[in-house]
Amino acid sequence: MTATSEPLVSMQGLKKHFDVSPPWLNRMLERKPRLHLRAVDGLDLEIPRGTTFSLVGESGCGKSTVARLVVGLYAPTAGSIRFEGTDLTDRPAGDPPAIRRRMQMIFQDPYASLNPRWRVRDIIAEPLKCFGMLPDRASEDREVGRLLELVGMNSQDGEKYPHEFSGGQRQRISIARAISSKPDFLVCDEPTSALDVSVQAQILNLMKELQRELGLTYLFISHDLAVVHFMSDFIGVMYLGRIVETGPARQVFANPQHPYTRLLLDTIPDITMARRDREPVAGEVPNPIDPPPGCAFHPRCPFSDARCRSELPELRNAPSGARTACHAVAEGRLADGPVRAVPSTPAQMPT
Amino acid sequence: MKQSGPLLEVRDLSVVFDTRRGPLTAVDRISFDLSPGEILGVVGESGAGKSLTGTAITGLLERPGRIGGGEIRFEGNRIDNLPPEQMRRLRGRRIGAIFQDPLTSLNPLFTVGRQLVETIQTHLDLGREQARQRALELLAEVGIPAPEKRIDHYPHQFSGGMRQRVVIALALCANPKLVIADEPTTALDVSIQAQILAVLKKLCREHGAAVILVTHDMGVIAETADRVAVMYSGRIAEIGPAAQVVKAPRHPYTEGLMGSIPVIGTGADRLTQIEGSMPRLTDIPAGCAFHPRCPCARADCAAVRPEPRPVGDGKVACVLYDGGGI
Amino acid sequence: MSADAPSRFAVLLDSDFVYSFRKSRVTLIATLVTVSIIMAALLAPWIAPHDPFDVATLSLLDSELPPAWAEGGDPHFLLGTDNQGRDVLSAILYGSRISLAVGFVSVFFALVAGVAVGLISGYFGGLVDAIFMRIADVMLSFPTILVALLVSGIVRGALPREMHENAALAVLVFAIAITTWVQYARTVRGSTMVERGQEYVLAARLVGRSSASIIFRHILPNVMGPVLVIATINLAMAILIEATLSFLGVGMPPTNPSLGTLIRVGNEYLFSGIWWVVIFPSLTLVVLVLAVNLMGDWLRDALNPKLR
Repeated sequence: MTATSEPLVSMQGLKKHFDVSPPWLNRMLERKPRLHLRAVDGLDLEIPRGTTFSLVGESGCGKSTVARLVVGLYAPTAGSIRFEGTDLTDRPAGDPPAIRRRMQMIFQDPYASLNPRWRVRDIIAEPLKCFGMLPDRASEDREVGRLLELVGMNSQDGEKYPHEFSGGQRQRISIARAISSKPDFLVCDEPTSALDVSVQAQILNLMKELQRELGLTYLFISHDLAVVHFMSDFIGVMYLGRIVETGPARQVFANPQHPYTRLLLDTIPDITMARRDREPVAGEVPNPIDPPPGCAFHPRCPFSDARCRSELPELRNAPSGARTACHAVAEGRLADGPVRAVPSTPAQMPT
Repeated sequence: MKQSGPLLEVRDLSVVFDTRRGPLTAVDRISFDLSPGEILGVVGESGAGKSLTGTAITGLLERPGRIGGGEIRFEGNRIDNLPPEQMRRLRGRRIGAIFQDPLTSLNPLFTVGRQLVETIQTHLDLGREQARQRALELLAEVGIPAPEKRIDHYPHQFSGGMRQRVVIALALCANPKLVIADEPTTALDVSIQAQILAVLKKLCREHGAAVILVTHDMGVIAETADRVAVMYSGRIAEIGPAAQVVKAPRHPYTEGLMGSIPVIGTGADRLTQIEGSMPRLTDIPAGCAFHPRCPCARADCAAVRPEPRPVGDGKVACVLYDGGGI
Repeated sequence: MSADAPSRFAVLLDSDFVYSFRKSRVTLIATLVTVSIIMAALLAPWIAPHDPFDVATLSLLDSELPPAWAEGGDPHFLLGTDNQGRDVLSAILYGSRISLAVGFVSVFFALVAGVAVGLISGYFGGLVDAIFMRIADVMLSFPTILVALLVSGIVRGALPREMHENAALAVLVFAIAITTWVQYARTVRGSTMVERGQEYVLAARLVGRSSASIIFRHILPNVMGPVLVIATINLAMAILIEATLSFLGVGMPPTNPSLGTLIRVGNEYLFSGIWWVVIFPSLTLVVLVLAVNLMGDWLRDALNPKLR
């Protein structure tokens, strides 16, 4: 990435380890060791202003943990998080208000992200109130009405309760709440994975429109490569707490380097029905409490050798323009492996 | 039992929920056939009635839901009005079921081996040792590594994907002729999903079982199904060969649905979207249920519910094709 | 709100909740019975035919009269009189007053304490949670009546004798509340731990809401459903515990009797054939507790989405 200006958000050596040890008494009596789940294990990334950076990976790869670390819902075990150069590493969510106002979040489950006992109006006005952005209730009402219309709903809908709306409408309400404090940066944690495809299309289109109109920067978390392809300027592919491949989305999709990226691209169901009888890749994601030594992907990797089993690969510049953490790619061992090419997409060029 | 002819015939099947404000029709007069060995994908968005269709066929509808009309024939015999005891026997031996959450299909207190052996012995006349042998074969067939060791493990010792493989083995114990798989891969990661679909496809082919694959995922359908039924508001909007429905959808709803799926390799800046959302059961519009959201709606769409008409190799329920097709 | 939108009351009347209430005949009757007993108890000073505590109106000539319909009964004393000539019906009305007061007040204190502990324990977790829950474990491992006996014994021992009668009500409330708050705490703790992880709570944290504000504005309204069920069932239980304590002689004094005290006093005359003094207060207690319990059962089912 050769961003000329300062990135809006940057993370350096970010780690989050969860203590999943058995209770003290069991540890003492049964001589069980302390256990740590390394959800995020050393992550560097920079998100340029006005772009969408997507983190993609299978469940348990740590992508949602990154989302929560960035907004301060989790405290990192190590590393740093900066927003416009301000260090937010040890600040909890909502603090300092002047900066946290500018970074909000859209959640995955539209049924859990809205308090069922609150009117929609109060839900959307919550950030306005908490950040003290408007002087009185009347201007708050006007703003809530404006926001509702901005996300494609009726300004009268504010008087209703969440249960009166469908999943897609609830997600619009959730978006209205997220943009009410006029943020620059939105963390979107699987915002459409609980929605039907036709509703997903509505929400993704809306998010793109809002990004254009409001100049938003997105950190977009998803397991769905097709959705990520549609949304992103940059992507990072995560596997067991680390980024294995990152770069401009166009390059990564057109010329995936890391074997895991290729696996992911190869396994997504293909509605063009071109590859119906291909052999699926075997293997499952290992337990993140006890990850394999060396490159965590080596047990599933067709290109692994002795070095992969012992030495952790670092992210290095790959010839494709992306950065890849893979010994095989670095040594050029992949040259005659199958490379699944995908037509590039001019519309996805980052500006 | 006829040798040729469909394995399963569904005629004008309705599923109704009795509520205090009167009955709600969740599945509304749907008809389709299933040939032996065929994989029929039933696809639709949440609330379209796709799962209920599967549940009605297995006879597992629970109050206040019930079959409100129509017929289900399995191997030529009506099964929609069978007494529960007979239906239960049929369900184990001739019709297998696979559900979304493998944990609900497995008893956490017993080893998978015990559950397999018991199921096999209930339906087939085999001794304990033979049944265990059969269970081992099945586990190997569904691709569980080291089955001799795994057979004595409990469900929680398996990963999600491996559990779903066990459930497939359990469903195929008695060599059923029909397997109803309700969102079998929804809870799994994509790479695992592909594995499970491959196993399902391979085994059903080898065992000669037909499959009704209920899913919301067009990708799964495109990968797996021979024919597809697209459901909307409890009705079949379009049914036909997978290639036709996926690549050249005829019904405006199917067309919109396909267009709304992001595809890698296309450079669109905007996805096609169907405005609005599927109506709730309490206010399904008159006429064609899709007409308020339909870009091709005409005046008569609000008045008459279109019947499925043959179009190409399939059937489409839309006034656009009422003139005898294109 | 626009004029054509149905009012909140109309929406409530049309809800599944009210519908399930109206459809359940048992619940309707139970509610009717409970409300009648509560009303009668509240209005005791006005509707009771006699004042059982006004010694001036008592006459030994009227003592041990059987109910009005039995032989030798007096129409002035519908349910008969006790050995001091006190009207049993009036005593029941006044006694229910005490019983219900102890029930409601102890439920109130147990609820407030239990919900507060549950919210704090569930939301903050860690050491606070561990301490509170071990205390709760200890409370749960003693039979309720035993703890109540113990507490009332200790308080009685600590207070001078002449204060016992005045303090009886407070002691009962304290004893019952201290043994029942655990149920609220455990339930609320569980629900709070679930709600704490819900995305709407995360959203509130993102805008910098304080923990106290999140607990009160977001979590509390969402954990109150099960609490209402426990409160209803505990009301019946509190009335029973009070009756038991009073029956054992560590509750309300005979000069200011609750239903339990009436049963204890009446019990002594049972074998001399004066059955009405014990039977009618007992019946009232049984009917009241049963009715409240039935309401609690219905409430539990109505609030349980799985049973809909």
